[in-house]
Amino acid sequence: MSATLAKGLNSFKEVIDAPIASFFSSCVHCGLCAEACLFYTETGDAKYTPIHKLEPLRRVWQQEYTLLGKVGKALGLSTPVTDAELTEWEPLVYDSCTLCGRCAMVCPVGNDMTYMIRKMREGMAASGHAPEDLVGATTRAVTIGSPMGIKWPAVLAQIKHVQAETGIEVPVEKEGAEYLVLMSSMEIINFPEYLSALSRIFKQAGVSWTLAQDAFEATNSGIQIGASDLAREIVSRIVVAAERLKVKCVISPECGHAFTALRWEGPNLMGRPFGFEVKHILEVLDELHSAGKLKTQGKDKRPLTYHDPCQIARRGGVVEQPRRLLHEVAEDFREMPDAGTMNWCCGGGGGVSANSRAEPLRLQAFKHKKGQIEATGTQTLITACANCRIVMEEGLEHYHMKVEVLGLTELLAEYLVEEEKT
Amino acid sequence: MNHLDLLTFARGSALNWALIIFVAGVALRLFEIFGLGRKADLARPRTDSPGSGWRTIVTRSLPPEGMLKREPVTYIGGFVFHIGLFVAIFFFAPHIEFFRSMTGLGWPSLSSALVDASVVAAIVALAVLLAHRLNHPVKRLLSTFGDYLAWTLALLPLLTGYMAYHHLMLEYTLMLAMHLFSVELLLALLPFTKLFHTFSVFISRWYNGDIFGRKGVAS
Repeated sequence: MSATLAKGLNSFKEVIDAPIASFFSSCVHCGLCAEACLFYTETGDAKYTPIHKLEPLRRVWQQEYTLLGKVGKALGLSTPVTDAELTEWEPLVYDSCTLCGRCAMVCPVGNDMTYMIRKMREGMAASGHAPEDLVGATTRAVTIGSPMGIKWPAVLAQIKHVQAETGIEVPVEKEGAEYLVLMSSMEIINFPEYLSALSRIFKQAGVSWTLAQDAFEATNSGIQIGASDLAREIVSRIVVAAERLKVKCVISPECGHAFTALRWEGPNLMGRPFGFEVKHILEVLDELHSAGKLKTQGKDKRPLTYHDPCQIARRGGVVEQPRRLLHEVAEDFREMPDAGTMNWCCGGGGGVSANSRAEPLRLQAFKHKKGQIEATGTQTLITACANCRIVMEEGLEHYHMKVEVLGLTELLAEYLVEEEKT
Repeated sequence: MNHLDLLTFARGSALNWALIIFVAGVALRLFEIFGLGRKADLARPRTDSPGSGWRTIVTRSLPPEGMLKREPVTYIGGFVFHIGLFVAIFFFAPHIEFFRSMTGLGWPSLSSALVDASVVAAIVALAVLLAHRLNHPVKRLLSTFGDYLAWTLALLPLLTGYMAYHHLMLEYTLMLAMHLFSVELLLALLPFTKLFHTFSVFISRWYNGDIFGRKGVAS
């Protein structure tokens, strides 16, 4: 696939719809979106103002879809979008936007900048202005099956390890199971605790579940880079497996963007509604808990706090579930300032953590999270996204903070009543 | 052309033309937006949340928690300007009389002193917001000719109205004609400047509320 400016501009034209036209029409240049963006608040650099990141897309809208803009273009009065400009904008569109959506909650005229950046990336990728690292990750996801290059044997090795540790069989390719469980590369490589915790919880709850050999990876870098055709290919593996195994529900793992990719973008990428449900693991755990199938014993005595992953809370609607679960197992749970739908991003979502060029900026932006954690006075940080987790672990190390980060599923499994059999 | 002729022109054909451009311009801009359409969202919404878009149209008028403290000038200046302008347009007795003559509809007015105070407040707010725009790095970066044009278009009717009411500077009839011309300029250019947010804000807020509402997040 050769990328050209013409393809990029064409793609810009294609993604502009009525919401985007209304957003650009409404913007009064008040600059309030900057105050909601951690890349601006932590650097003070005006170029990180969310709406400014969309300037090339705005000009294409104006020149192609408004009468005044068309007249201006015909008279040669407008500035066309050039390759050089897109090169300049690449770090703004990819390195300094995690698609966290905080600006969209704040904009007084209701502009959803995240919706627009996501679409703008389609044109950036089509014109060859996507970061090299993301291109690599997406290529690996399409050719190998996972952005980190993980193949089924690596998962199998982890399954064996988990089975040996827990003594519980991890079901694979089990047709008719209720749930299809997915993982993120990050969990397969860095956090094997997740699969182990899940096996134990599901055993206790008596839930039938399965893994699929050809659809274990939930993350979708096609979405982060802005290549819907590739994103569709990646998502279709999961859809095909879920339909083949006739599961009722697919469980998105502790990963923010995987959830967005499958739950909200998936059906639109496939062009049809799914015949199965898609739930985030926290939703499933909360349902099991409400049904009395997830029993815990004892509580964690450490003061702890919870980081809401953007795509799970603000862009995913899973806000109350982690709190209900935490209250079951934590004696001293403390909310951080702005918790819930107004939480601040870890700084590494939307492909930023996979983009090595963005690392210094990401660590600078992490100062906001650092302040939030410090305000709680806790040294244990719970979250529900493996990407947030690794990004925060790096940030904490960078700032020499002694804070331990744990996944919520894993924390729950620690307090599970194992013997009780239903 | 004497002052009275000028006023007659301002009240007559100038107003008609301004209104024609205004209505046609607004219709065109609305068509430009809705004509682009939107693909149906095939993802099952989290909850049936009818009215999320409509609710956001209302709720987005207030600053989210913590934001007022971060940008008090923009919020307070914005509120004072918009409320002052609204009061001046719709609650000044002669304006209501004007609307009644055009549409047959009337409503109670506020005292002239109160309207006068609102206008002064709105003008002061505009001045503060301009200074803020020139000084704040983010606003300065975002600002274009269109922002200063829109600022001027909003200021002129307030200023000329205030001066006509207080018989300042120009002879009353002439100032009143200037007031009408400034309003006509505002009407004619509104659809083609950022002032179009007067209409599009309802659309963009609705889409925002709809997008978040489907995900189960009240915005």
